[in-house]
Amino acid sequence: MLRSAFVALGLAVGVSAVLAQANPIAERRDTMKAVGAATRDGAAMAKGEAPFDAAKAQAVFKAYGDAAKKMPGLYPDTAKTGGETTAAPKIWEDQAGFKAAFAKFEGDAGKGAAVTDLAGFRTAFGDATKNCGGCHETYRIKK
Amino acid sequence: MRRLLITLLVFIALGAAGFFVLTDPRVVSPGPEVGTLPAPDIENGKLLFAAGGCASCHATPGQEDKTRLGGGLVLDSPFGKFHVPNISPHTRDGIGNWGTADFIQAMTAGVSPSGQHYYPAFPYTSYRLMPPKAVADLLAYIRTLPSVEGRAPGHELGFPYNIRRAVGGWKLLFFDGTPFKADPSKSEEWNRGAYLVNGPGHCAECHSSRNQFGAVVRATRFAGGPDPDGKGWVPNITQAEGGLGKWSKSEIAELLKTGFTPSFDSVGGSMAAVVRNMAQLSDADRLAMAEYLKSLPAVQGPPRPQKAAGG
Repeated sequence: MLRSAFVALGLAVGVSAVLAQANPIAERRDTMKAVGAATRDGAAMAKGEAPFDAAKAQAVFKAYGDAAKKMPGLYPDTAKTGGETTAAPKIWEDQAGFKAAFAKFEGDAGKGAAVTDLAGFRTAFGDATKNCGGCHETYRIKK
Repeated sequence: MRRLLITLLVFIALGAAGFFVLTDPRVVSPGPEVGTLPAPDIENGKLLFAAGGCASCHATPGQEDKTRLGGGLVLDSPFGKFHVPNISPHTRDGIGNWGTADFIQAMTAGVSPSGQHYYPAFPYTSYRLMPPKAVADLLAYIRTLPSVEGRAPGHELGFPYNIRRAVGGWKLLFFDGTPFKADPSKSEEWNRGAYLVNGPGHCAECHSSRNQFGAVVRATRFAGGPDPDGKGWVPNITQAEGGLGKWSKSEIAELLKTGFTPSFDSVGGSMAAVVRNMAQLSDADRLAMAEYLKSLPAVQGPPRPQKAAGG
C-alpha cells in the first residue's frame, strides 16, 4: 500500500514536472518573439521613428531582463531537437558559456532599467542588443 | 593487335599530356595583366577587407583582435578538412614576402606565388571580379596589420582531392576568371551593389547550393542551400517566396548593418560575423547591395528538409 502510494506520488511529481515544461521549444520561441517585439519598439525610438517615452523604454529592458532570466532553463536535454528548433548543439556542450551569455544580457538590460532620456536610451539599447548577434553566432544554427 | 595496343598507348600518353598542359595553373587560370598601378589607397583596402570578410576566416579563432591573421580556423567540408593559412604580413609564415602581382594572382586566379592551385574553399571564384587596383589596395591594408608567427597545418583531404593539380581540372569545368564588367543599362548604384555582392562580399559562396564537385550550381545561385560548414540551412536571398521577396530595400540594408530582420529576429551563425563586417561599410554601399539583391529574379533552391524558424 505504502509502496503504491510512493509510486503514485512519484508519478504525480514526474507528470507535473513534464507539464511545467510541456513544450520548452515553443516556450523559448515565444520568449524570443517577445524580445523581438520589444526590440521593434526600441528600434523605432532609437531611430526617431517614434517619440521617446521613458515608460516604454524601460519596458523594453524589462522584457530583455525577463527573457534573460527565463531562457537558460528552457533547454533541457529532452529538447535538443524537434519543433523546428534552431538551437545549436553547442548549447549543451558549453552550458557554462551559454548561461554566462544570458547573465551578460541580463546585466546589460539592467543598465537600461532606469533610463529617462533618449541619449541614455540609445546607449543602453545599443549595448543590450549587441548581445543578440553575439549569442546567436555561437548558440544558434542558421535558418 | 600489337599495333592497336601501341595506338592505345599513344592516345593515353596524349591524353595525359593534354591534361597536364591544360591543368597547368598558368594555362587554365592565367593572372591578369597588371601594368603599373597608382599608389595604393589604404582606406579603400580597409573597406574591401571588411566587405571581403577576410578576418572571418583568417583571424585565428578565439582571439578578440580580428586583425591578427594567423589562420588556423578549420573548415570541415565534405571533401575533408581545410586549415586556413596565415595571411598576416609575417615574412616567413604569412604573406610578408609577397609582391603585389603575387597577391593579385592569388586573389583573381587562385594560383600561389610558387605556381600551385588554391582550393576554391578560398573564394577566389568571387574575388576574381575585383580589379587589380582594388586587390593592390587590399594588400596595402593587410601590410599595416600585425605580423603573426606560426603556420596552420596542411589540409587533410581524401583522394583525389588531395592532388592540387586536380584543381586545374576543376577550374577548366567551373572557374570563370573574367573581371567585373559594369552593365551600362543599369544604374551606378546597381552596378556598385552587383560588384560588392558578387565580388568582395562573395555572398553566393554560402547562399547557394553546390554540386558533387563543390562548385556553386549556377541555376540556383543565391537561392540558398545546406550550410557548408555544419548543420542548418542558408536562406534563399533571391526575390522568391521565402527569400527576400517581401523585404524592402531599406530592410535588407538594415539587416546588413544591425543584423535585425524586419520581424526583429537577429541573424546567427556565420552571418553574425558577416554583419559585423558589413556594418563597417557606408550606408550607400549597403543600400547598393540591397538594390542589386532586389533585382535578383525569384528562384527556388533545393527543398530544405524541414523549415526551421524558431527556438
